[in-house]
Amino acid sequence: MSTPILEMRNITKEFPGVKALDEVSFSVATGEIHGLVGENGAGKSTLMKVLSGVHTYGTYTGDIVLNGEVMHFNNISEAEEAGIAIIYQELALIPEMTVYENIFLGHEIHNNMVIDWNETIKRTAEILKRVKLDVNPATKVRDLGVGKQQLIEIAKALHRDVKLLILDEPTAALNEDDSENLLRLLREQRDQGVTCILISHKLKEVINVADTVTVLRDGQTICSLDAEQGEVTEPMLIRQMVGRAIKNIYPPRESQSASDEVVLEVKNWHAYHPKLGRDILEDVNFSIRRGEIVGFAGLMGSGRTELALSLFGNPYGYLVSGEMQIKGQPVKFTHPQDAIRAGVAYLTEDRKGAGLILIQDVKENITLANLQEIAKRGVIDNNAEIKVATEYRRSLNIKTPSIEQAVVNLSGGNQQKVCLGKWLFVKPDVLILDEPTRGIDVGAKFEIYTIMNDLVKQGMSIIMISSELPEVLGMSDRVYVVASGKITGELPIAEATQENIMQLATIE
Amino acid sequence: MFFKNLQTMLKDNIREYGMFIALFIIMGIFTITTNGLFISPRNISNLINQTGYIAVLAVGMTLIIVIRHIDLSVGFLAGFLGAVVAIALSSWGWSVYIVIPFVLVLGALAGLLTAYPVAQLGIPSFVASLAGWLIYRGLLLLATAGTGTIIISDPVFNAIGNGFIPDIFPNRGFVPDVHIVTLLLGVIAIIFFVFSAISSRKKEQAYDFEVLPPDMFILQLVFVAILISAITWTLAGHNGLSWTTVVVLLVVGIYHFITTQTVLGRHIYAVGGNPEAAELSGINVKQMTYVVFSSMGMLSALSGILFASRLRSATTTAGTLFELDAIAAAFIGGVSAAGGVGKVTGSLIGALVYMSLTSGMNLMNVDIAYQYVVRGLVLVAAVVFDVATRSRGK
Ligand SMILES: Nc1ncnc2c1ncn2[C@@H]1O[C@H](COP(=O)(O)OP(=O)(O)OP(=O)(O)O)[C@@H](O)[C@H]1O
Ligand SMILES: [Mg+2]
Repeated sequence: MSTPILEMRNITKEFPGVKALDEVSFSVATGEIHGLVGENGAGKSTLMKVLSGVHTYGTYTGDIVLNGEVMHFNNISEAEEAGIAIIYQELALIPEMTVYENIFLGHEIHNNMVIDWNETIKRTAEILKRVKLDVNPATKVRDLGVGKQQLIEIAKALHRDVKLLILDEPTAALNEDDSENLLRLLREQRDQGVTCILISHKLKEVINVADTVTVLRDGQTICSLDAEQGEVTEPMLIRQMVGRAIKNIYPPRESQSASDEVVLEVKNWHAYHPKLGRDILEDVNFSIRRGEIVGFAGLMGSGRTELALSLFGNPYGYLVSGEMQIKGQPVKFTHPQDAIRAGVAYLTEDRKGAGLILIQDVKENITLANLQEIAKRGVIDNNAEIKVATEYRRSLNIKTPSIEQAVVNLSGGNQQKVCLGKWLFVKPDVLILDEPTRGIDVGAKFEIYTIMNDLVKQGMSIIMISSELPEVLGMSDRVYVVASGKITGELPIAEATQENIMQLATIE
Repeated sequence: MFFKNLQTMLKDNIREYGMFIALFIIMGIFTITTNGLFISPRNISNLINQTGYIAVLAVGMTLIIVIRHIDLSVGFLAGFLGAVVAIALSSWGWSVYIVIPFVLVLGALAGLLTAYPVAQLGIPSFVASLAGWLIYRGLLLLATAGTGTIIISDPVFNAIGNGFIPDIFPNRGFVPDVHIVTLLLGVIAIIFFVFSAISSRKKEQAYDFEVLPPDMFILQLVFVAILISAITWTLAGHNGLSWTTVVVLLVVGIYHFITTQTVLGRHIYAVGGNPEAAELSGINVKQMTYVVFSSMGMLSALSGILFASRLRSATTTAGTLFELDAIAAAFIGGVSAAGGVGKVTGSLIGALVYMSLTSGMNLMNVDIAYQYVVRGLVLVAAVVFDVATRSRGK
């Protein structure tokens, strides 16, 4: 276990205005699972992109030594050939293609350019067995849940005989069962000789599976902790990551801010998905009071996102019936625009696909949903816009060299903060947060929770859709549990526990 | 120091300056190969007037491509609406002041019609506008059936494509044979540019944004001042500013303002950058599609007006291939087919580059067959350059 498969020496990588990596050294032993943690923007993804040939040889300084040999990757395929496979947080599968087409995409089995589909399907079945995924190879990827898609990504990497498998936040979008499953698979792969690097903000799971954990902070290696030489604990990692101790992960609420005034009431809410051809929401009834944080717990795919979207102007054209009232007034939204005007905002769970205009800058993304506020007669006041963006950059602590940086260049967690900033600027009465802390580091989570507490104190109401039970339990005043498009229970926070929520969430 | 600054400035802004540089190189080459004929006031004036009807289309097409669509119908729509103008003026006896707004509105409606299947039914704009291409071509043939050419004799209308702005002291100023008003406008333009550049630089400094070093900033001002002087001096030597130029500058100015300074512009670029995120941010994507296509339709009408006026007639072939010229100009000007990226000012330069090629090669008597090949090569070169510099910027 002691010979390093990989050594990265004094890696420095600069972008205009940012030194993302500053003399980073990083060493991974053969056959281990190596955790890589750090705050948002610490440089984890950048380091892995250097390793996997995304940032090509010559754009960084320092050496990559793989199995004792200095490597110069000029593109991704050279890194692949050397046995390095990287799985990004955003899935890179083609939804309209089948499982076997996806797995062999770019590496098709062929005789004289004619694809041998029988062999492909046979081999796919073998690989699927290896990752313990029980699906028909001919299924289209879009018909599978995210958890299964993630396993297919891994299968895709495995069939190419990888030596070093890199996973960048693989469990961020997975529920607990799927995460467990994936981590078990990692352990099995390790036992079969595959070395893994695991980036995650879920420190518990890192501690669970990793043999060694390296902490990055501000583009520098802070330390590398070996689990064999003493137990690695969460507080220990947090202290190394943020440079100080964080006692409570959930900031305490100073006073009970919930009032009796009902701001949002939904009755007999049904939704039918015309493309899927089935009901996605059935007889949903709930209400939200002023100044309340209400958690919506449930498994992935239980219909919480669809519920939020159907309330938020129904942009995907579900067939919706039922009654919705805001502050006692019945409302009918036909477009997200109507919802925003009526004081409802929705932070999407899919920040890259549906949240951000990636090619535009931080400033433009923050003001996008409320341009009227900084415009006079349709003409944007540039100064006002800069002020607003600067203010949110400060209050959300967004790490960016400038508010004129394109958001595509920000780290995942900082992109999430930009999304959040956009909706805070709308100043809604009801803010729906869909997995608000996905991909966010512990320090920033604490900041976001603090902001949520401030917002409800000022009278905003928050609906928090979250698949992380500790978060639901730590932040909510009340919890609704959703399963298969129905609300299966409502629990005051005092009565809610992981067990009874899980029980309600798995009702068929 | 100076040269180092110059180097970094050119490097950092290679995408923006690239087109200007290309335009200068092309103009330089033609000036040499035509013994200065190309750069003569008369030819430059002509060139700008010929660019007019493509430039306005390219401006509209920029926005269409920005929102990830394409509109093939614009060429024959321009041709057909030009014929409508001709008929309205000569057969129906309408006043030119009624005909022009009428046709512009017709164009905007035509744009809405193209947008309908695209926005409501999700039909690819390529198909929807191809249908428009066929339909307007047919309508143009119908409209010009009979003689094939409809002569326009209205002097006011014909002035749009052939006339020049009036002068205050014709042939009496301190320099004879020079258009005084044009020179004055040039001077005003330079003063305006210098002042707005200085004030926006001050603002950026106040916000601690990165600005050009002072020597480069002055160099930039001097360069633009010389450029404007050269153009106005050349034009002033040949009847002055044409009405076509005035129209094009107005259109580009208005669209530049809308795209960079207004909520509407921001919404259009957001839709182009990520339609789903735009929709979820409360922007009505369908509505934007209608807006952009109807603006395109209106500009097609304007293009038809400019062209008919220039030829003093409507013909059966008017508008042929305009759509492809406009698309080429937009791409040369730096629009990205992936959506969300592209400036209307870039497309104007793109149109100038494109028309310079035509004009220069015509002066050189280059065979039309080679002309197409050269234009194709320039288009490819421009797009390759654009893509290459873009990925380097990352
Ligand atoms: N292409 C790029 N252009 C400019 N800056 C970049 C680019 N990619 C990354 N950066 C910057 O480099 C720094 C490190 O980013 P990186 O994505 O590696 O962070 P990370 O540790 O993966 O964070 P997260 O946990 O939020 O994903 C950030 O400040 C980011 O803004
Ligand atoms: Mg990252």
